[in-house]
Amino acid sequence: MDSAELLARYEQMVVIRRTEKAAHDLFLQGLVKGTTHLAAGHEAIAVGASGALRDDDYVFATYRGHHHALARGATPEECLAELMSRATGLCGAKGGSMHLTKASTGMLGSYAIVGAHLPMAVGAAWSARMRGSGQIAVAFFGDGATNIGAFHEALNLAAVWKLPVLFVCENNLYMEYTPIADVTAVDRPAADRAPAYGIPGEVVDGNDVVAVQEAVAALARRARAGDGPAVLEAATYRHFGHSRTDPATYRPAEEVERWLKHDPLDLARGRLTELGVPAETVTEADERARDVVHRAVEAAKSAPPPDPREALTDVWADGGAAWRT
Amino acid sequence: MADMITYREAVAEGIAREMRRDASVVCLGEDIGEAGGVFKTTAGLWAEFGPERVWDTPISEQAIVGAAMGAAMTGMRPVAEIMFSDFLACCWDYIANEIPKVRYMTGGQVTVPLVVRTANGGGLGFGAQHSQATENWALTVPGLKIAAPATPADVIGMMAAAIRSDDPVVFFEHKGLLASKGTPAPPEHVVELGRAAVVREGADVTLVALASMVPVALRAAARLAQEGVEAEVVDLRCLVPLDMSTVLASLGRTSRLVTVEENPYQGGWGATVVSVVADEGFALLDAPVRRVAGECVPLPFADALEEEVIPTVDKVVAAVRSLAAY
Ligand SMILES: Cc1ncc(C[n+]2csc(CCOP(=O)(O)OP(=O)(O)O)c2C)c(N)n1
Repeated sequence: MDSAELLARYEQMVVIRRTEKAAHDLFLQGLVKGTTHLAAGHEAIAVGASGALRDDDYVFATYRGHHHALARGATPEECLAELMSRATGLCGAKGGSMHLTKASTGMLGSYAIVGAHLPMAVGAAWSARMRGSGQIAVAFFGDGATNIGAFHEALNLAAVWKLPVLFVCENNLYMEYTPIADVTAVDRPAADRAPAYGIPGEVVDGNDVVAVQEAVAALARRARAGDGPAVLEAATYRHFGHSRTDPATYRPAEEVERWLKHDPLDLARGRLTELGVPAETVTEADERARDVVHRAVEAAKSAPPPDPREALTDVWADGGAAWRT
Repeated sequence: MADMITYREAVAEGIAREMRRDASVVCLGEDIGEAGGVFKTTAGLWAEFGPERVWDTPISEQAIVGAAMGAAMTGMRPVAEIMFSDFLACCWDYIANEIPKVRYMTGGQVTVPLVVRTANGGGLGFGAQHSQATENWALTVPGLKIAAPATPADVIGMMAAAIRSDDPVVFFEHKGLLASKGTPAPPEHVVELGRAAVVREGADVTLVALASMVPVALRAAARLAQEGVEAEVVDLRCLVPLDMSTVLASLGRTSRLVTVEENPYQGGWGATVVSVVADEGFALLDAPVRRVAGECVPLPFADALEEEVIPTVDKVVAAVRSLAAY
């Protein structure tokens, strides 16, 4: 990856980190309802993977999906407006933090039932194959999802049909509050299971955007060539608790410290320095990212709430919600 | 009669017609390919359209319906088979949480034009885990259309409408009707979803029925006619959209209502029909309403026990008599 591309990836990661920080602050100000599952710490996975994908590839994510939506073309303004229940939100404020979707860019949704979207990604890859479109589908999911039946059904079906789909596990060591290692029979919850379905299971440093991009690019090439699905397990850590109400006190201080030192932004900054990118160029990227998110927050704050009548739209393809004739 | 078609054949014929006119229609399910389906409802499709249009799957109900959903979101019109409707419970997350909600929670960005077909209901002695009438499960979920045809021609016409629909449709094929025969459907036969049919006219009482209960209601009506009671029989055909206009119009003529449903009384679709009538058509009624429904027990195996549980002609006749005398 050359320095210009890495700088662009870095800036994207800073935009995501700052958007997450904004979501956190807005929640504390009472401007974001419900809950949020912040992905601070996971940025390199979304950004690295997106860097390896075609613009028309499909992405399916979980309730912890802000970073994927942003990496796949949703703007901070659309996302924050959605979180703040504004009419200008990505999904007209019908989705919320857990359901960020931008279909026009192939970001086909964030799903809050653990593991449910894996078969959907298989279906999107199946459809791409039948249409001969050359697209692939990627499902991002947590380590916890690997113990759900749908994970296993999806891997097997993708394998027997040799579909162009990548299963990218964001292994942040914890489900909600329980360490994945306590409830899983293998060390690598995603990668170790892949061989049972006859497909590759690779492991990558999920905080290294370059490593993620290279790994996804190689598996995507394989999938596009007709060689079938693969599992990529990306090791990472979430900086915050599981959701807004979780202070994450169950995590050993030493572990937290070790992982915070392995921050994806720091890693990328280090690589930029190695590539000879001047410090002020990096600072300019930081400032651009700060401005974008600042403007997004202001725009979302001043956007109107949705028209209450919108609650009775969008159930059916005709736009309405009628259940009888 | 050579020009008759069975309900079973109508399923395959209905799918084939749509596959011929639209290349984006594809089928997936267990044993549906060369084997033609365990009920032979997909017989001939694999031979005509090949394995790139008719896909055999592993026993993976979640993957079948989840993959159908992903394909539907990305330009295909999948028709997924869940062998027995009881097995819908194995992929209930997709039916209840994923498929019907995606359009709404994405603010209308994503459409899911798929059909989940399944063999529904009792009457064949398959026991408690292969005989339930489960259409009410789907009725509780906003965002699903529910089709349950009673005749071969309706199977073809409603299959056309279901596959062409941009909304997700759960399509209940009744096991007890598979061998029944009827007139074939003319070319281009489409039965719009949400249009009930008055399948027998009568001035004394309205019988509202669905799927296998339609022939039961018709036989009851024939018997009642010998006693001088003329029953009008309404085949609802669909539960969503629910055609209450036809039911209310029929009540305007008869002023008496009996619903006939195979599923248990608790939470049954008949309760919804009756509640709308109470709400909007109370003045049309000259008698209380009666709901003939299944007992709230798992479906037993023996014919004699199953008959005790599922509505029969006798039970419908008795219910109508009690109203006629009111
Ligand atoms: C089927 C299901 N069971 C339980 C939950 C509740 N739940 C939400 S997130 C979560 C933990 C998931 O952990 P993981 O898959 O590792 O993802 P992460 O949150 O770490 O990104 C659980 C148990 C759910 N949403 N869906």
